Amino acid sequence: MNTIILKTASKYLLPLLLLFSIFVLLRGHYLPGGGFVGGLIAAIAFVLHAFANGLENTQQLMRIHPGFLMPVGLLISAISGMAPMLLNKPFMTGLWKSDPVPVIGSLGSALFFDIGVYLVVIGATLTILFTISETR
Amino acid sequence: MIAHIVIWPILLPLITAIVLMFFWNNSRIQRVLSTVGHGLTFISSFWLAMRTFNGDILTLTPGNWPAPFGIIFVADALSGMLVLLASLSAFAVCVFSIVSIGKGRAGFGFFPILQLLLMGLNGSFLAGDIFNLYVWFEVIIISSFVLITLGSEKAQLEGAIKYVTMNLLASVIFLTGIAMLYGLLGSLNLADLSIKISESNDHGLINIAAVLLLVGFGIKSAIFPMYFWLPASYHTPPAAVSAIFGGLLTKVGVYAMIRVFSLLFIEDEFIRNMLIILAVCSMIIGALGAIVQQNMRKIFSFLIISHIGFMIGGLGLFTPLAILGMVFYLFHDIVAKTNAFLISGLIFKLRGSFRLENLGGLYNRYPFLSIMFALALFSLVGTPPLSGFWPKLFLLQASFADLNWWLIGGIVAASFLTLIAVVRIWLAAFWKKHPDYEAAKKRIVWYDLPRYQKIILLVPIAILTGASLFMGLNAAYIADVCELVYTQISQPQTYIDAVLTNQSNIP
Amino acid sequence: MEILLAITIGLLYAAGIFLILRRSMVRLIIGLILLGNGANLLIFLLGRISKGKPPIIPEESKVFLDAYADPIPQALILTAIVISFGLQSYAIILVKRAYRVTKTDDIEELTTTDEI
Repeated sequence: MNTIILKTASKYLLPLLLLFSIFVLLRGHYLPGGGFVGGLIAAIAFVLHAFANGLENTQQLMRIHPGFLMPVGLLISAISGMAPMLLNKPFMTGLWKSDPVPVIGSLGSALFFDIGVYLVVIGATLTILFTISETR
Repeated sequence: MIAHIVIWPILLPLITAIVLMFFWNNSRIQRVLSTVGHGLTFISSFWLAMRTFNGDILTLTPGNWPAPFGIIFVADALSGMLVLLASLSAFAVCVFSIVSIGKGRAGFGFFPILQLLLMGLNGSFLAGDIFNLYVWFEVIIISSFVLITLGSEKAQLEGAIKYVTMNLLASVIFLTGIAMLYGLLGSLNLADLSIKISESNDHGLINIAAVLLLVGFGIKSAIFPMYFWLPASYHTPPAAVSAIFGGLLTKVGVYAMIRVFSLLFIEDEFIRNMLIILAVCSMIIGALGAIVQQNMRKIFSFLIISHIGFMIGGLGLFTPLAILGMVFYLFHDIVAKTNAFLISGLIFKLRGSFRLENLGGLYNRYPFLSIMFALALFSLVGTPPLSGFWPKLFLLQASFADLNWWLIGGIVAASFLTLIAVVRIWLAAFWKKHPDYEAAKKRIVWYDLPRYQKIILLVPIAILTGASLFMGLNAAYIADVCELVYTQISQPQTYIDAVLTNQSNIP
Repeated sequence: MEILLAITIGLLYAAGIFLILRRSMVRLIIGLILLGNGANLLIFLLGRISKGKPPIIPEESKVFLDAYADPIPQALILTAIVISFGLQSYAIILVKRAYRVTKTDDIEELTTTDEI
């Protein structure tokens, strides 16, 4: 798509949407939101950029292949799930820091699990969409 | 950390898969690490299995939520043995694929996805919650989808379309059944559902849910009217992939059926009779399909259908001896079918074809190897003292005790037809003179392989044949385990108590 | 509301099965997607539709104060949606690949796997 309006808008929308996706990720514990939704929003940000500027430009912007985010996210999730096992609690038991941290709120293993999910969703969605939209 | 033994057979493949994904482009490291990961998974499953064989039911609640509210992993003797055999088969397949899977397929992630498949298998054997079981099923099918299409050959894609359609349909039907159960009874935990179903009066709707689950699992395990996808797809991917599919994927459906129809829908004459009818039809039709095929892997695919019938028949009878035979058959069949498909892959390497008319002369050239193959192939038929003999004997005895002539006829006829199918393979591949050896020579890769690769290809077949021999010669030990499984299955109360009242969660 | 949802679910299942029985691969996929959506709505309906607060207990109390919505069906649907998202996108890529290799959209022509 070759419109100057979309091209200009996507330049400003990309960081804004990414910021919004992180906001959705962080508020997800008690309010609607979370890793999956946040990841989808972030993926949409890149898809919008790809719409306006072409797939190659977006891939250049991302620098890494989106597929690489999947093992990273899985690793973060797996570690946050297994961390309680070191304290002899079952897999995936929530561990919470007693005092809240500013901006984020209470800090716990669930947050890291969600960050992992966030990365996996971005990686998986973008890989799928890039595969579908390749014209070869 | 070690006390959480129930979850290690699920976690170890996951960790290995994550590590392997970081080495996406380095297939040499992937081959080594994948084997190590499968080895560790096998060790942990062995440990878990040995603990369940004492008669304990081990549980673990992830997230530390007590049972009917959170999900739970449960390991009784049935789950323990199946996890052990799944890890063994996956290990053998992984060793085989070190040599047989080329760089192209490894570059698209064959090894990490094989790990994820094993994670799904182990997870579904250990799940104590019906929705969790659904999720593990989805993990299995999505990794199997990727495995079946790796390489994108024409036959593979065509087979995959049939495979994908039927499996997605099965998932939707299974999900519908779960929705009905939750709507009727308000629970998803298997033990909790078991109590609630026995107290409920709404038998009409519960039976509908039971039939939906039967159809969903029936498609997955390829029983009589729903088996067409299996022979259309299992012969298309590489031999290592068909080995793990043929050995384990249909058995997950059978396992789910055993779990659901022994724990939830117990005293139901209608479903029992239907299971027996479906079983007899699958036995005969699968075996008839097997004797007309020319492609070795298609013969084995049809034999899977036939032999699924034996297990379903045992479930239909539901007498102690029948359950004993059925569970024994399940254990034997995982090893035997994985081995059969691996052997077909090796014969392809030796002769360059899967088709019977292009094979021949193997016995003349490799007599010792042929004897090993013969042991594996004839354990499919049930020649004593190989592992297939005992479960068939138990099943036949059980159907005689019940005077169920349909099942007696089905078992005898299907065994006989299986014998014909296997003898056809034996005659065509081993005893017959090769029709055109000089022309086939070009396609044979075996002569170009270095010596260590030949050994790597033979090791998994030797392991599985050894396991099959062990099960045949130590039948008393396996029968003891099967009897333990029977006592646990026939008294759902022990399972319910282990899950709901005394959770051995934190040691 | 229940009646409306029940009719919608019935229509989704019927349309899904109708499309699966067509011979076109694209319709097959659309049919499977519709069936999946029907199943998700069915879970939602069978989990009882009720107006209520989110099932979160306020910090100062130990039990629920008001009527609350059952969270489990929603969790199940979310899981099922995520799973079907993955499976369906896989199926779409598969159909695209298969079309490129076999040059046909007709399922009846996929006969390579049927030879004896």
